[in-house]
Amino acid sequence: MTEAPAPALETVEVTCVFQVSQGLLRGSKPLRAVNGVSLKIPRGQVVGLVGESGCGKSTMANILLGLQRPSSGDVLYAGNSAAGFSRREIARRIQPIFQDPYSSLNPTKTIESIVSQPLRIHSVGAPSEWSARVGEMLDVVGLPRRVASSYPSQLSGGQRQRVAIARALIMRPEVVICDEPTSALDVSVQSQILNLLQDLKEEFGLTYLLISHNLAVVQHMADRVAVMYLGRIVEEADSDTLFNDPRHPYTRALLGSVLTPDPRLGVPDTHLGAVFPNPIDPPPGCTFHPRCPDCMTICRSEPPQPAVDGGHNTECHLYGGAVTPRTATQ
Amino acid sequence: MSGTILEVENLSVDIPVAAGMLHPVRGIGFSVSRGETLCIVGESGCGKSLTSLAIMGLLPKTARRNADRIEFLGRDIRNLREREMARLRGGSMSMIFQEPMTSLNPSYTIGNQLAEVYLRHVEQSRAAARDRAVFLLEKVGISSAASRLGQYPHQLSGGQRQRVMIAMALMCGPELIIADEPTTALDVTIQAQILHLLAELQREFRMGMILITHDLGIVARVADKVQVMYAGKTVEEGPCETVFDAPMHPYTQGLLRCIPIPGRTRRGERLGSVPGIVPNLVGELSGCLFRNRCDHARDACAGMRDDEPTRMGDGHAYTCLRAPGEISGELQAAEAP
Ligand SMILES: Nc1ncnc2c1ncn2[C@@H]1O[C@H](COP(=O)(O)OP(=O)(O)OP(=O)(O)O)[C@@H](O)[C@H]1O
Ligand SMILES: Nc1ncnc2c1ncn2[C@@H]1O[C@H](COP(=O)(O)OP(=O)(O)O)[C@@H](O)[C@H]1O
Ligand code: SF4
Ligand code: SF4
Ligand SMILES: [Mg+2]
Ligand SMILES: [Mg+2]
Repeated sequence: MTEAPAPALETVEVTCVFQVSQGLLRGSKPLRAVNGVSLKIPRGQVVGLVGESGCGKSTMANILLGLQRPSSGDVLYAGNSAAGFSRREIARRIQPIFQDPYSSLNPTKTIESIVSQPLRIHSVGAPSEWSARVGEMLDVVGLPRRVASSYPSQLSGGQRQRVAIARALIMRPEVVICDEPTSALDVSVQSQILNLLQDLKEEFGLTYLLISHNLAVVQHMADRVAVMYLGRIVEEADSDTLFNDPRHPYTRALLGSVLTPDPRLGVPDTHLGAVFPNPIDPPPGCTFHPRCPDCMTICRSEPPQPAVDGGHNTECHLYGGAVTPRTATQ
Repeated sequence: MSGTILEVENLSVDIPVAAGMLHPVRGIGFSVSRGETLCIVGESGCGKSLTSLAIMGLLPKTARRNADRIEFLGRDIRNLREREMARLRGGSMSMIFQEPMTSLNPSYTIGNQLAEVYLRHVEQSRAAARDRAVFLLEKVGISSAASRLGQYPHQLSGGQRQRVMIAMALMCGPELIIADEPTTALDVTIQAQILHLLAELQREFRMGMILITHDLGIVARVADKVQVMYAGKTVEEGPCETVFDAPMHPYTQGLLRCIPIPGRTRRGERLGSVPGIVPNLVGELSGCLFRNRCDHARDACAGMRDDEPTRMGDGHAYTCLRAPGEISGELQAAEAP
């Protein structure tokens, strides 16, 4: 374990605090969107990041992309602190694909202009080469070259997402941050995009951070999975371990909520409380305790510390010491 | 059947658009009985929402509706006046939409909005309306319900708003609930909670339910009957288990192959796909409209009568000219190791 190669991307104790206005005269309060997160994204792997709306996934994505400066902590690119990199150098390594192929593409620009945008912004190569590179990228993502002169409104949702992928890949990045890349798409289109992402990963040796609320998609794609709750990573393990042996009560509820198309099963009872946490005023102790079916007295006052068991990290009082096997909550 | 709540036959919707006449719903039919859940499933734009709006009399002004029959609780509701339709909606027929913020009024309290439907449809007692609101908010899992009555929609989370919507849909003891993508905007844990709740309430109150979704996982878990729509038509329908175990239409089969299924699809393995896009539904349409995307398409498909489904018994039917023997032979071959 001593001389492992540096991960393509890593965060070290990253925290991101937003000041949220409380209305006139009441000043503002801090909201810890990301709260001390250390996450490694090893080269050539797919790391899945899951968790409910507002837990801080997109904020993490923005921090990794250098679009959001963390309040504290550091981001490492291949082991080197982000402080030593310019925006352009970061953009050459890491590119995003966002959720909504409708709003993430400028409707007034042609596809050629959209796909070549990163080259233009970061002045990569000679402008005379851009058109040819756009053509190559359209081939790569399976779009006919003639769409180069089209506008986003003339393309289907799946085609637009291919455009977004072409735009991300034209910089030949090492890492692609996919924030809900298929959530806005129909399943028949989703499967095409997932197949494409898989193919491109092989072809270009890409590393992915895959943010998705669809756990079946994450299980299909990811080598490692991190589960986020209210700005913390509460459990992290390689994919098989996490899906076969989920430990944190939130992870269990999350996995228990996946509705596989099995007509012999009904809708599971998650055993979760319905109280929603307020991120500006998070519950004391373990922030999950108001919803946790396994909540103990200590959980109400003491925040749990991360417990590491091989590559399986869990932050929950149930796993504070030695790992005790438990029967599933379901 | 005596328990039938809603019966629809040969429903179609036409909308004039710049390019000509759009035919988004092209002759579909179904029935829902007491305590039964019908799921209508299909990809975006296949006509699911317009179908539900057509039943509730809420189509856009320019749209035209035609049907051989729309019978609700034994009564033909095709020619009801708007006032009478409004009395049904929110009363014995109620609906839950995808985005609760569009159906909850941001400037009234939860309590006011819940009471309002009750006062309009059931009885003129504020106290009774309040009691029912508290009872139902508790039923849908909203804690300290009484104190929530004074809150405004923006003070609740998305999941809580959806619960309030469900409580509102139940205020007048409906016989039928039409839920159009009721959980699409929600997180998976909350989605499971809401669907679990809906299924429980439906059983308890023996309501009929039409649940519209694009999510095959939801369909498998909640449906008694399934209706698969493509380009404004039902391409396959039947009991839930039958449709999932032995899908007959190439589109249903294709959809099921597209989704990763933990335990069945292996990591990184290629997923199936349905290449191509849905056809334009403007103007004269004929033959099987799936033919530009179908692996099995042949010349005869262009002349197929799409109003004559092949019936398998048991209510299972599909609209494709392939013979049952041909399809089941292939399914068996595909499953053999
Ligand atoms: N610029 C900002 N200013 C203030 N608060 C913000 C800002 N951006 C995000 N937040 C807050 O930070 C928290 C995390 O937001 P984030 O967008 O990272 O969530 P997410 O996990 O991506 O959610 P979703 O699944 O809905 O996309 C939320 O409570 C959000 O309201
Ligand atoms: N008011 C309208 N005017 C014109 N076309 C419409 C209107 N509403 C819906 N459509 C079209 O009708 C088709 C079916 O729409 P809809 O029932 O909303 O689909 P679904 O709910 O299955 O996604 C789509 O092609 C849509 O663009
Ligand atoms: S620390 Fe306690 S409240 Fe938090 S998840 Fe673990 S058992 Fe539940
Ligand atoms: S009728 Fe022809 S094109 Fe249509 S689904 Fe059947 S085989 Fe395919
Ligand atoms: Mg996000
Ligand atoms: Mg719809």
